[in-house]
Amino acid sequence: MTAPEHTDVLLSVRDLQVHFPRSKPGWGRSPEVVKAVDGVSFDVRRGTTLAVVGESGSGKTTTALAVMRLAPVTSGQLRLGDTDLGALEGEALRQARSRLQIIFQDPFSSLNPRERAGAAVRAPLDLMNVGEPAGRAQRVADLFKAVGLRPEQQHLFPHQFSGGQRQRINIARALATNPELVVCDEPVSALDIAIRAQILNLLVRLQRELGLTYLFISHDMAVVEHICDDIAVMYLGQIVERAPRRAFFSRPLHPYSVALMSAVPTVHGGRARAAARIQLSGDPPSPINPPAGCRFASRCPVAEPACAAELPPLREVQSGHWVRCRRVDVVDGMPQAPLHLPTA
Amino acid sequence: MATTSKDSTLLQVQNLHVEFSSRRGKAQVLNGVDFEIRRGETLCVVGESGCGKSMTALALLRLIPSPPGRISAGRVLFQGEDLVSASEDRVRAVRGNRISMIFQEPMTSLNPVLTVGDQIGESLRLHAGLDLARAKVRAIEMLKQVGIPAPELRVDEYPHQLSGGMRQRVMIAMALACRPDILIADEPTTALDVTVQAQIFDLLRDLQREKGTAILFITHDMGAVAEMADRVMVMYAGRVIEQGTTAQVLSSPGHPYTRGLIECLPELGSSLGSDGSTRIELAEIPGMVPSIWELGQGCAFRDRCPHAMARCADDVPPMFRLGQGTGAAFGGDAQQPHGAACWLHAETQAVAA
Repeated sequence: MTAPEHTDVLLSVRDLQVHFPRSKPGWGRSPEVVKAVDGVSFDVRRGTTLAVVGESGSGKTTTALAVMRLAPVTSGQLRLGDTDLGALEGEALRQARSRLQIIFQDPFSSLNPRERAGAAVRAPLDLMNVGEPAGRAQRVADLFKAVGLRPEQQHLFPHQFSGGQRQRINIARALATNPELVVCDEPVSALDIAIRAQILNLLVRLQRELGLTYLFISHDMAVVEHICDDIAVMYLGQIVERAPRRAFFSRPLHPYSVALMSAVPTVHGGRARAAARIQLSGDPPSPINPPAGCRFASRCPVAEPACAAELPPLREVQSGHWVRCRRVDVVDGMPQAPLHLPTA
Repeated sequence: MATTSKDSTLLQVQNLHVEFSSRRGKAQVLNGVDFEIRRGETLCVVGESGCGKSMTALALLRLIPSPPGRISAGRVLFQGEDLVSASEDRVRAVRGNRISMIFQEPMTSLNPVLTVGDQIGESLRLHAGLDLARAKVRAIEMLKQVGIPAPELRVDEYPHQLSGGMRQRVMIAMALACRPDILIADEPTTALDVTVQAQIFDLLRDLQREKGTAILFITHDMGAVAEMADRVMVMYAGRVIEQGTTAQVLSSPGHPYTRGLIECLPELGSSLGSDGSTRIELAEIPGMVPSIWELGQGCAFRDRCPHAMARCADDVPPMFRLGQGTGAAFGGDAQQPHGAACWLHAETQAVAA
């Protein structure tokens, strides 16, 4: 399922920065700043899924939390439809929260162990004053059915459910207020493989039936390829590549995207794929003092001296396909990747 | 250490049973597990959480918390010696020396108040009788082998000073310090990023090639299996339900559960099909793993199985030998038997020995 070409933009993020000051030992020294998200811009069209991929420390979860207004926004604009989400405070922000909801990664720590499943799903209805109080019990029962649980399971406590079922409760709770945007922060990473497919299919079905918009955070390329309409790859607080799904997966351009895809082990690839893999050495640099030039230059197999000197801009090399790499050339309107996926 | 011929059996597990006692009675966590590890090979154990794969690894090293757990039956023959009935002293001499283990979470399995060098050196001092100074020299050597830059400095650092990938490298260095015959790796990369995972996989493969160590690799990632394994065993609810070479199990799975596990994976390249605009629904294995108290008689997978028959509810299927007479490609030969514990194969195949 892909959305029509000209759907309107629901979430628009411009030049988002989230910096965390971190005090340094010693007097008179200026505090260090962790630049978790450092200038991120993207749009999510209504009814579609934008996947944000990256490794730990890339800032993908912080981006999600900033969109939810759960992390302090240092600068930048956040717009949800016509609302300036970044400027809302107090009660107005609280009311706006019914329009955006989040599903967390860990289905165990994201439910209160002392609260029955039904009460967890009902809480947003009461807090946001959704519908008539008399009809709320019915709404909770409907939500349980929609996510594949039985309504009578409302009376159980979280520990009586399996991981997959708990994630279903989380999804029901997120959907309770009829949100427009649902942020999914690694919703299937903590689940067993057989259960993953169930939850992914459920998310796709709910999107189709309810017209939901997803901001899908993940580190799993295969899951992302399955679920997204557009993809943004993050590295050390910045987007390095952004493209529609098919354009990206048929021709990833940024060397980091290519390396990331080649690192994924696949059932059909086996050892041949492993042998042909693009090796990245070392770990990403620290987000406290990111390198001045391209942040990936120190690990990039095709870096030139000029890469480390200046930060390349995120530029559009083909319609909708943006990449932050000075080594991507455009020949006859077709972008040429400096590093290719090994064919094995 | 030179690799000897592939078919020499190093470790043989026979009819292993592990039970835990609880208020509700005895829970059978492992229910007759049989397998063998050969010199220099990688055997992958696959399954969902709770299937008994980690418990199998712990049982091999006699690390099952006891009480409440205990090995209630079966034998673990390491080079002919039964580790289940061996004395605690004897097991200590084997553990960390001949058979060692890498755990899943590198942060919680390293001691935060000891330096990396102390922790690598510990097994050397204990098993190889090295003194402090020589153990440290060996530790630096090990750190170098697992690809840690500036090992002379790192050896005096504490675990919190290292990144996740480096900690896992330290764990590997610890496990390999005494040049074990068998390395048990319990989901060694689940806590790591994919690019770091790729580095660790390469490291394990290289070290295995050099030292001829056999690896028992526990994972739930079918992609990792395809990349690492020589042979695969699939576990479900405390039993081995399929065993064979990687090619046999991945390309012609004999058990409906194995087939389900492979089909329910989203694979890279899924968007590049016919027109790219359609999204294929992922195959699902319906339901979930039954609770340990609800296993009852018969095959534990029957409630989720698309092929369940009346017989499945009555008897636990034995391991049937697959692919006899279909040629070596689909594995029917005596060296590389392919077996699946499913009644679907009852008519055509004989029970494996």
